[in-house]
Amino acid sequence: MSDEDDIILAELDDEELVQQMFDDLYDGLKEEIEEAVQILLERGWQPYDILTKALVGGMTIVGADFRDGILFVPEVLLAANAMKGGMAILKPLLVETGAPRVGKMVIGTVKGDIHDIGKNLVGMMMEGAGFEVVDLGINNPVESYMEALEKEQPEILGMSALLTTTMPYMKVVIDTMVEQGVRDNYIVLVGGAPLNEEFGKAIGADAYCRDAAVAVETAKEWVGRMHNRKSA
Amino acid sequence: MSNPMIDLLNAKGTLLADGATGTNLFNMGLMSGDAPELWNTDEPGKIKTLYTGAVEAGSDLFLTNSFGANASRLKLHGAEKRVRELSRVAAEIGRDVADTAGRRVIVAGSVGPTGDIMEPVGTLSHALAVEMFHETADGLKEGGADIGWLETISAPEEYRAAAEGFTLAGLAWCGTMSFDTAGRTMMGLTSADMVKMVEDLGDHAPLGFGANCGTGASDLLRTILGFAAQGAERPIIAKGNAGIPKYVDGHIHYDGTPELMADYAVMARACGARIIGGCCGTMPEHLRHMREALDTRTMDHPPSLEEIVDRLGAFSSAADGTEADAAPARRTSRRKRRAAG
Repeated sequence: MSDEDDIILAELDDEELVQQMFDDLYDGLKEEIEEAVQILLERGWQPYDILTKALVGGMTIVGADFRDGILFVPEVLLAANAMKGGMAILKPLLVETGAPRVGKMVIGTVKGDIHDIGKNLVGMMMEGAGFEVVDLGINNPVESYMEALEKEQPEILGMSALLTTTMPYMKVVIDTMVEQGVRDNYIVLVGGAPLNEEFGKAIGADAYCRDAAVAVETAKEWVGRMHNRKSA
Repeated sequence: MSNPMIDLLNAKGTLLADGATGTNLFNMGLMSGDAPELWNTDEPGKIKTLYTGAVEAGSDLFLTNSFGANASRLKLHGAEKRVRELSRVAAEIGRDVADTAGRRVIVAGSVGPTGDIMEPVGTLSHALAVEMFHETADGLKEGGADIGWLETISAPEEYRAAAEGFTLAGLAWCGTMSFDTAGRTMMGLTSADMVKMVEDLGDHAPLGFGANCGTGASDLLRTILGFAAQGAERPIIAKGNAGIPKYVDGHIHYDGTPELMADYAVMARACGARIIGGCCGTMPEHLRHMREALDTRTMDHPPSLEEIVDRLGAFSSAADGTEADAAPARRTSRRKRRAAG
C-alpha cells in the first residue's frame, strides 16, 4: 500500500493526471479513477472533456490490448468497472451540460442463452466510447427486442449468443424486424464466440463483431454513415 | 482407483469419444433457444437416437444430454427444480444404450458451465458454484454415469468449483476447457496454465483433462501440443469442432468434412491425446471416418505447427501464449513501476 501512496493525484498537473488515469484504468483501480475525475472537475474541466480525453482515451488502450490478446476478460471487466465509477460521477453532469450524444444501443443475449460476459463487455466498452446503452440482459425472446426498439429508438441493436443451440435465434429476431418493416431503421450488430463474419451476413446482420473493441469501432463507423445518410 | 473409463482406456490405448450434441438435436427438430435437456423427459426416443448414433459410428464413450442441466441455466426455462431429475434421466437413457451396445461403452455425464462469472470479478460465489455442480453430479451418478465430464469451461475458478462438486458426489470425472481467444480460454488461461491448475487440484484432480470446442481443429491441436509439452501424464482429451459454423438454408452447418476430421483424429493421437472426439458440427458420419482412421492409420511423430496448418487449415491467432517470448507484454503502469523500484 505504501508504494501506491507515492502518487498523490492532486499534485499531478493536468497532463500527468490524465496519463495516470490511463494507467489506473488499465489496472482497474476504481477509487483512483473516481478521485481523479473529481479533481479534474474541481479544476474546471468540462464533463464531456473528462469523458472523452481521460476515460474514453484510457479505455481505448484497454480495448486495443484486449483485441491484441494482451489483456483478457477479467482485466477488462475490472477496467470497465473502474470506468463505470468515473461515469457515475459524470453522467448527471453530462445531461445537465447537454453534451453531444454519440449514439444509442439496445443490447441483449438471445433466448435460451445465459451468457452475458461478452454482452456486458460490449455494453461497457460502448459506454466507454460515449454511447448510451440499454441492456436487456439475458434470455431475450424476439418480443423483448421489438419492444425495446420501439420504446428506445436506438441507432443500434446488438445481439449476443454463445451456444450452437442459441445462435440461430438471432435470425428469428432479424426476420421479425424484416416482417414488421423496421429492419432498415437500425444497425444490427451480432457477436459471440461461435460466430463469424460469414454467419453474420447469412442471417442478415449488418456486421459481426469479433470482440468488444471491434464492436465499438464498427458501431462508430456505421453510426457515422447513418448520420451522413440522414443529413444528405 | 479403478474406473470403467480408465480400464477401457488401458485396454484399448486410445478411446474415440462422441461428436456434437446440439448440432445433432437441431437436425431432429430442436428449436433454437429451447433447452435440450427438457428432451430427456419430453422426447426420450430422440435422446436415445442421439446416443445410439455415436455408438453405432464406433464411439467408445459418449456424453449425456445434460450440458445445461444446472440450476443457473435451467432457470431460464423455469426448470431449475429439475436439475437432478433431468441429469439422472440423461444418464439413465445413456446407461440403457451402453448396456445393450454389445461391447464396452462408457457413459460420460456432461456438465457444462453455469454461465455466470465467478467472484471476485463476477457475482457467483465459490460455495454456490460447488453446490450447483454437486447437484448435477449427484443426478448423473444416480442415473448410472460411469464418469462425470466437465466441458467448455473458461475460468479456472469454475473448473475448481466443479472439481469439488464431483468429489462431494463421489463421481470420478474428466474436465476440458475451451480455448477460443488467441489460443487461450476467454479468461486468458493458456494450455500450460491449465496443466498446472489441474495438477494443483490434488485430491480433487480429474482422471483426464483437455480441450473441447473453441475455434476449429487446428487451434485445438496446438493446444494439445501445449499440454504435452508440459509433460502431463494424465490422459489428454481432444474434442474439436468440425470446422467453423455456417448458416445454410436455415440450419447451422459446420464446414469440416468427415475426411478432415479423420486426419484430425490421427494427428490428435500423435500430439499426445488419448481420448479423441469431436464437438460442434461433428456428426455420426464424421465419427465413422475418425473410427476408421484411428484403427487403420498411425502417424509416427507429433505434427509440427506447419503440418497442422497444411492438413487442417490456418490457426485463428499467430500465438497461443505459451511461446518463450510470449505476445507483447502488457503495459506497465507507473504505480507498478514505482512499486517495483
